[in-house]
Amino acid sequence: MRLTLRIWRQRGPEQPGTMTAYEVDGISEDMSFLEMLDTLNERLILDGDEPVAFDHDCREGICGACGMVINGQAHGPERTTTCQLHMRHFSDGDTIDIEPWRAAAFPVVKDLVVDRSAFDRIIGSGGYVTAPTGSAPEAHATPVPKPVADTAFEHAECIGCGACVAACPNGSAMLFTSAKVVHLNVLPQGAPERESRVLDMVGTMDAEGFGGCTNTGECAVACPKGIPLQSIATMNREFLRAARRAPR
Amino acid sequence: MTSYTAYQTGEPIADTKAPAGPIEERWDRRRFTAKLVNPANRRKHTVIVVGTGLAGGSAGATLAEQGYHVVQFCYQDSPRRAHSIAAQGGVNAAKNYRNDGDSIHRLFYDTVKGGDFRARESNVRRLAQVSVEIIDQCVAQGVPFAREYGGLLDTRSFGGVQVSRTFYARGQTGQQLLLGAYQALSRQIAAGNVEMHARTEMLDLVVVDGRARGIVARDLVTGEISTHFADAVVLASGGYGNVFYLSTNAKNSNATAIWRAHRRGAHFANPCFTQIHPTCIPRSGDHQSKLTLMSESLRNDGRIWVPKAKGDTRAPGRIPEDERDYYLERIYPSFGNLVPRDIASRAAKNVCDEGRGVGPGGQGVYLDFADAIARMGRDKVAEKYGNLFEMYERITAEDPYEVPMRIYPAIHYTMGGLWVDYDLQTTVPGLFAIGEANFSDHGANRLGASALMQGLADGYFVLPSTINDYLARHPHDTVDPQHPSVTEAVEGVTARLEKLLSIDGDRTPDSFHRELGELLWDDCGMARNATGLRKALERIPELRDEFWRRVKVPGGGEELNQSLEKANRIADYFELAELMCLDALHREESCGGHFREESQTPDGEAARDDDRFSYVAAWEFRGTGAAPVLHKEQLVFEYVHPTQRSYA
Amino acid sequence: MQGVLPTVGVMALATRTGRRPSTLATLWRSTVGKKTVMAVTGVIMLLYLVAHMLGNLKIFFGSTEFNGYAYWLRTIGEPALHYSWFLWIVRVVLVAAVVFHGVAAYQLSRRDLGARPTAYAHRRPRAGYATRTMRWGGIILALFIVWHLLDLTTLTVNPRGEAGHPYQNVVADFRNWYADAIYIVAMLALGLHIRHGLWSAAQTLGANSARRDAALKFTANALALVLTAGFVAVPVSVMTGVVS
Repeated sequence: MRLTLRIWRQRGPEQPGTMTAYEVDGISEDMSFLEMLDTLNERLILDGDEPVAFDHDCREGICGACGMVINGQAHGPERTTTCQLHMRHFSDGDTIDIEPWRAAAFPVVKDLVVDRSAFDRIIGSGGYVTAPTGSAPEAHATPVPKPVADTAFEHAECIGCGACVAACPNGSAMLFTSAKVVHLNVLPQGAPERESRVLDMVGTMDAEGFGGCTNTGECAVACPKGIPLQSIATMNREFLRAARRAPR
Repeated sequence: MTSYTAYQTGEPIADTKAPAGPIEERWDRRRFTAKLVNPANRRKHTVIVVGTGLAGGSAGATLAEQGYHVVQFCYQDSPRRAHSIAAQGGVNAAKNYRNDGDSIHRLFYDTVKGGDFRARESNVRRLAQVSVEIIDQCVAQGVPFAREYGGLLDTRSFGGVQVSRTFYARGQTGQQLLLGAYQALSRQIAAGNVEMHARTEMLDLVVVDGRARGIVARDLVTGEISTHFADAVVLASGGYGNVFYLSTNAKNSNATAIWRAHRRGAHFANPCFTQIHPTCIPRSGDHQSKLTLMSESLRNDGRIWVPKAKGDTRAPGRIPEDERDYYLERIYPSFGNLVPRDIASRAAKNVCDEGRGVGPGGQGVYLDFADAIARMGRDKVAEKYGNLFEMYERITAEDPYEVPMRIYPAIHYTMGGLWVDYDLQTTVPGLFAIGEANFSDHGANRLGASALMQGLADGYFVLPSTINDYLARHPHDTVDPQHPSVTEAVEGVTARLEKLLSIDGDRTPDSFHRELGELLWDDCGMARNATGLRKALERIPELRDEFWRRVKVPGGGEELNQSLEKANRIADYFELAELMCLDALHREESCGGHFREESQTPDGEAARDDDRFSYVAAWEFRGTGAAPVLHKEQLVFEYVHPTQRSYA
Repeated sequence: MQGVLPTVGVMALATRTGRRPSTLATLWRSTVGKKTVMAVTGVIMLLYLVAHMLGNLKIFFGSTEFNGYAYWLRTIGEPALHYSWFLWIVRVVLVAAVVFHGVAAYQLSRRDLGARPTAYAHRRPRAGYATRTMRWGGIILALFIVWHLLDLTTLTVNPRGEAGHPYQNVVADFRNWYADAIYIVAMLALGLHIRHGLWSAAQTLGANSARRDAALKFTANALALVLTAGFVAVPVSVMTGVVS
């Protein structure tokens, strides 16, 4: 199929950017979206142009590296990552707009590449269980009821791609932060740091310049891993609990 | 280029670090004999760790917890994205929670046997011993493993074994284990104990006065070339499967770190031991950029078959039961669909070569869940494999609940890597290699769910114990940034990048990578023979020369330039591919993932030649295109005696 | 050397230092906490509106009963409270709620707009109408409150403006088309604000869960509908002559 792509091109963080149109032809519907961009880039190189920069790595939908806003939707029309989106969801002759994640906390590095290191700092401020290597008790010492383990897993599935932030009109990282808070706070292993975790992670989230939550629900719609919107409610509850109880 | 194959055999090489004595006591003894660094002095020691996967992430976190100053690198934008994250199936541990006869010794035995008797016994025994602690550690970190209703951990079985010892977190075990390590690492980064450099790629090793003392790295955003010094360097940069272009590796996984280390004196062991994974989604066309694995755990409940008749193009549902060939169950009745990966892969290749393959181009076999759905119900199947089924449907637009999956083998893992001793130290003092980057514990074939085990064993438990010994035994001094070895390394890196940017030829980097990959897949893939390998060894240097004449890398060096990154990695692949083919040519036996067509049993199984090849081939670099020197590490089997592997 | 060991261990492991601020400071300084302030004040105002709406409906029982009800409101709490003290207490609480709600909304909105400085070139409709109109709806309601107080509390702009005769003031008021228009528009805005606001408050206070989500959304919708209908019934009745 033949497509018109309008892609955000921006040479560097300080340079201005613009939407630039490209025509691509001979796109197979079995191609992934990134393979379609590979095809464009191969041609751009031979034409002496600069290929479009975009983050990608595993191309299996799990590393969370890829991510672009396709026709106004984070990761495009399907509920999956950009790398797992296939061209069969588009039609011959379509015009596709491709833009980077937009958020103050995710500055553009180049073209479709943004800086998501703020996520790492949120995790570093409390998204862990303090369990230095070697200090662990026998794994079966603490049974974890299956429903609790399942809840933890469902929230631990977050891949940190940032689609939630990109989709949120406020550039909020509440879904990302709540996924980790819920994962660790429901488990007995996470209990000793339950209060400090949520307070510190929310504090870092705010300090990094993410917006607040206005409960639009856009994040959960965009999330390729289906982290539920209710996890934000759970984090709010944990936060209020911690604000009252945290040792001072 | 025939001079390349005229390699010399040098001095034998041997591991001198594993203590003698009963194998079950060796690790404890080594830990006791290893010198320690005073906790108060650890902060003064800097350790560089390259890579943040299961091995690197866990090592960085653990060394920082011990008090060392860690400087860590990853090319990804975050340490959380290392490709360990894509491991699906699970992690082995000899917990024997199932009371099914498992033990540390059985895991040791299974791993040595599964590796077709080409691994070092001491290392494998230690791996089995440490496996138990890994599960404890990960549970304490909050890794949400699958659990039974009683709240205890669930396990499943995996290819090549008859016990249920694989711990898992749905089909995302690698992700969950990696996030555990990443979170531990993040804690140390926030505490200031780890200096993390994301989007920074190691481009050379700095060796000063015979010791590894640092690296030369490129900031992938600004293009800045920088040097970083340390008292020891740990490579945890993963395997080299991407040399094949199409593999299950992440697109940017590369061999540059280990290859640069090899060029600086680290011997490269068993490069031809590459693992072909039997259950990948077949390729759909020339545009294919990578291959996607379907976890081996699917073979627990899925049945593999092809039509009995050649060229049967009926839809799978229209092929009656008695016209199907469940070939693994037929040939290997006791292991059935759970034979090791190398055997399952080769069997798939054989039936496809017979013309019985299915799907476009006949390059596929069915993996059928109809029986499992009938037996367990769709919900139970969905609970176990739901995310894999979804991924399959997304890629192929076929619903595996209704139509059998189509699968085909693909390059997945590399057992070969930098040669290391029992302490995981390479032949360059102060340079350590852990995880898939070393030649490690898997011999000629890795069993399923053992990569996660090995990566975490190395990173959490082995390296943090053994590196103390090196640091305590060597003087703690600073490196002169003006030392000729340093400036030579920096200049070499800079010159190479400039060269790549200045060629301005007429072919893209990817076009070379594809061509090299196809060449390797054809001649050094699932089955190898002397003719094909010689042909490849003729062609690779030609292709390399062409690359350096015709590659076109747009843009500049002082900016984010993904084409430059690619071209620089591909340049190393040519040299690595050449060594792989030479290693494959020299090893005139079949073992594990290395199948030489000249060496097979009458019924087509791999035939080992223990008399001639019971050794690790450690290659010493002598210059681009120059014949390397072979150093043999003779393998001694005191506990698991080599037999013909039988899974029938 | 023995003495050094534990210190190093602590240095390597301790990642948190410093004292935490008080509960109130923790709340007011974080986005999550400030949303809590909005949720709590919103719920206070909502409870008031339910009572207000029910009181309004007394207008259908005639002038005497309605004016009597208005007088009774001022006598609640007697003899413990002085005449109209209860009403003043309610007013103070409501003003505080409005101010906190408004200040928090203003601060959060500024932050939210700053967190997403660049819009997407490809625009597509996002979220529900009620969700997208929270900010403008809030501003409309704030302006309406001012108008409403001038109109029916201080009687400054009321066409009749006779203290102690609320029934007659209301009827006189709603005979003006512009008073009806302002009132009805504001009540529609109120309905939308509550529709998203109530569910949102539950989410912010952590009262929402997967199981309760549908019930909460239903409650929010139902309450928005009932309140809007109840309030709008008054001007509509005056316009149509049902109340005169």
